[in-house]
Amino acid sequence: MTAIPSSLSPLAALRRLYRQPLIAGGVLLAYVALALLLLLNLDRRDVWFPQYTMLVFPLIVFAPFLVLESPLPTLAKGLSLALLLGVAVPLIGIYDSTYLELMIQISIFSALALGLNIVVGFAGLLDLGYIAFFAVGAYIWAVFTSVADTIFRTGFEFAPLTIGGNTLIAGFNVAPMAVAGTGLITVGSITLPLHAFYLFIFFGVLLAAVAGILLGLPVLRLRGDYLAIVTLGFGEIIRVLFNNLGEPGNITNGAQGLHGVMQPGSAFLIDPVNGIAGVMGVTLRTPAPVASQMLFYFLAIGIVGLIILLAQRLDNSPIGRAWTAIREDEVAAIAMGVPLVRMKLLAFATGAACAGAVGVLYAAKQTFVSPESFSLLQSINILAMVIVGGMGGIKGALLGASIVTLLNLHVLTNFALQINALRNIDYVIPAGSLFLTLALVTALVLYIIWRSTRSIYDAGQQLRSRLTGSVITLVLAGLLATRIVDFHIADWPSQLTPDKYQRFVFGILLVLMMLFRPEGLLPSARRKLELHREETVHEAEDIPDLDQRKTDDDFAAGR
Amino acid sequence: MEARSPADWMYRFLLFPLGQMLAFIAGSAFILTLLAYGIALLFPEPRPNIVLADQIGRQLPGMVISGITTGFVYAMIALGYTMVYGVLKFINFAHSELFMVGSVVGFEVFLVFSAQAMLLTWHPVLLVAIAVLSAGLVSGLLAVTMERVAYRPLRGAPRLVPLISAIGVSFFMVDFVRALMAITRNDFNLTYPLNGVDWARAPIPLLIGTTTVNLRPTQIIIIVGAVLMLLFLNYFVNGTKLGRGIRAVSQDMTTAGLMGINVNRIIALTFFVGGAFGGAAGALFGMNVGTVTPFVGFFPGLKAFIAAVLGGIGSVTGALLGGLTLGMIESFLNGVLVYFPVFGQRYTDIFAFAVLILILIFRPSGILGEKVDEKV
Repeated sequence: MTAIPSSLSPLAALRRLYRQPLIAGGVLLAYVALALLLLLNLDRRDVWFPQYTMLVFPLIVFAPFLVLESPLPTLAKGLSLALLLGVAVPLIGIYDSTYLELMIQISIFSALALGLNIVVGFAGLLDLGYIAFFAVGAYIWAVFTSVADTIFRTGFEFAPLTIGGNTLIAGFNVAPMAVAGTGLITVGSITLPLHAFYLFIFFGVLLAAVAGILLGLPVLRLRGDYLAIVTLGFGEIIRVLFNNLGEPGNITNGAQGLHGVMQPGSAFLIDPVNGIAGVMGVTLRTPAPVASQMLFYFLAIGIVGLIILLAQRLDNSPIGRAWTAIREDEVAAIAMGVPLVRMKLLAFATGAACAGAVGVLYAAKQTFVSPESFSLLQSINILAMVIVGGMGGIKGALLGASIVTLLNLHVLTNFALQINALRNIDYVIPAGSLFLTLALVTALVLYIIWRSTRSIYDAGQQLRSRLTGSVITLVLAGLLATRIVDFHIADWPSQLTPDKYQRFVFGILLVLMMLFRPEGLLPSARRKLELHREETVHEAEDIPDLDQRKTDDDFAAGR
Repeated sequence: MEARSPADWMYRFLLFPLGQMLAFIAGSAFILTLLAYGIALLFPEPRPNIVLADQIGRQLPGMVISGITTGFVYAMIALGYTMVYGVLKFINFAHSELFMVGSVVGFEVFLVFSAQAMLLTWHPVLLVAIAVLSAGLVSGLLAVTMERVAYRPLRGAPRLVPLISAIGVSFFMVDFVRALMAITRNDFNLTYPLNGVDWARAPIPLLIGTTTVNLRPTQIIIIVGAVLMLLFLNYFVNGTKLGRGIRAVSQDMTTAGLMGINVNRIIALTFFVGGAFGGAAGALFGMNVGTVTPFVGFFPGLKAFIAAVLGGIGSVTGALLGGLTLGMIESFLNGVLVYFPVFGQRYTDIFAFAVLILILIFRPSGILGEKVDEKV
């Protein structure tokens, strides 16, 4: 260890202290304990509850990432992750099942983000219709087990197909195939118990992979931006198909969707859940839904774990390197003998398979599947996850999925609930918020200038070059602030519910990410280099001493 | 190559483009009519007591006119895609939102007309011109802002980066307009106050042979307006100095810059013109359909993109050809598929995508596009 230079800022000193595994472990433990304490002390009857839960629950969700980024030894990391995800989250779930529901959604979207990350991040193929494969998985389970009157339940009579008086295909009857709602699934002449759900996850994987190959075949010759639009078209085609296959033969029940989809048996979890709830001092009025949620939670994180393993192995394999080669330079990859079509199809199929697996799970969890759940908005949501986290990285995809899902289902929803709660008590925004808003925005503008400034002499020039932007921001903030003060929440337009404005949030998110951090929050090393090549070189030449310090630090950390 | 004499000018900027449009319309209408009768030969009676050939004969003029109307709207939107692509090699995913904004602006303008009781007193041509021009102006300025804020900083980044930014802009725009509507009128369905206004809604009977076709006045407005604007665009791109700048930049940006062309200004201008055409198309479209929403841009935008690819992206004539052809294809499919029990109109959108995929497989450069090899 070298001695700490006297010029080191307090922040850097703290960062250096955090490199010690024991201290880091202690900090993490304190963090998790504090988060749990806060979460378990929230009162649902409080007017400000939505705001508190909006702020507190993400602390728990981000804990695994803090563990992953900490300097703990691998075994300790694994143990803490297992404790967090395997014990802490289920306990929170028994305490309040909305949190468990959120965790299931985060897991499902993590699987989707990981799958899309294989296509977009590893192989560099922008797929805007990715949700279609998720839909394929969801529908394969739903059509067989829904209580809706699909042809699989009622049987179907095909009318003969005639052209110009000649019969091309004779008419024929199909006997009912599925007997839904009885705990048994009949496919053709085979009757399966409900545990066939697990078999259907594999069917979902297979079918989605086949769909991926079928969709991939005609479009893989296209360059990036064309591919994006064509996959978008494919996604819409699949949605329109599911929307319209309600007649003449009712396969998908059309726009009404398939309701009453069966769930795999989770009765064996009721007793343990009740037992744990008793120990915690919580009485569950309806333990059965909690038990089934618990089952789905563990299934979902199991699938996510498998996909992480798969993605890691693939990334470090010849296949992964071939994908990287295609992503970086297609022409060069062909020249080096990479079988382009096969590799692209493999990327499409692998990505699609991940979505197929969680699709089956999703259909069973929701017990309802309709074409509306598989719109372009959802595809873009998943893309936003991959981009926010960082294309090409596994941790990045997981972080992106957590952030975007939390924003989508937790923050925006609770924001809307908070507005409603305040509307009911006729809350008026106090004048203090004017000064708060102005102070915050000024601080933000100054911070941005400070970030991009190297010396105090630079600051004046920076300020001048950013003057227009700063002035516009401040004026807008001022105008906003004057509107906000003394605003009666009861006057909030009823159509302006934040949970219906995901496009607004994700649109801004995508643009800002592209402008300021295209490599994502947790970038993979290669992607960062690719997107910031010139800047890195520039900085390295410009400020040699800073660079020197960085290497010293790395040296001290034993890298 | 500048126009030398008035006669030459007339030919290059008036007769030739008009002839081109007529040829495109007649050609696609002829081929599609043949195809429709071919289908009628295969399936003479798709439903009991409905003879397909008779139905086609009765509906043919109507189908052609609605095909031209949709086709011109697609062509005007497709121009924005194709011009921006020509200059920056970048698909402006948010272009469909410029169309949407145009239709919303058109609605607001007509609302003012209606409130001031100008709808029935002022001359319709003046009203339509004001609405369309203001929609074009707002959308054009919006396009320039978009380029300045979300695309220019990303010039030179890997291809996917500006595309993702454009997707973000598109999503943001939809909800931004939706929020504005929620705040100002708490409703997203914007109905043009044209019901009961004779010059816009009273059907114009048109006798073709023995059958009467009822034309909507707004269809005529769309066709006339689009033809005028396309003539202007042709003059602007091929006959003015600024247009020459656009062509130069789209051929080779670096060299154009070295020749003293202000590349940034030309790119902004391209966005403005493309956006203005999209916005004007939006106002015309809104007048025709009557009700618009903040989501109205998605399908027309997507189909206009398909039209641009069909004609050959990067080529202005290609956008016109692609738009008219796709509009015709859709109108004929709508007219014929209605009589089939299994398919039906619900699948029209799918056919547009099928067209896209087929072109991309068999002729990725489009009908009029030139094959460009990727440079290594």
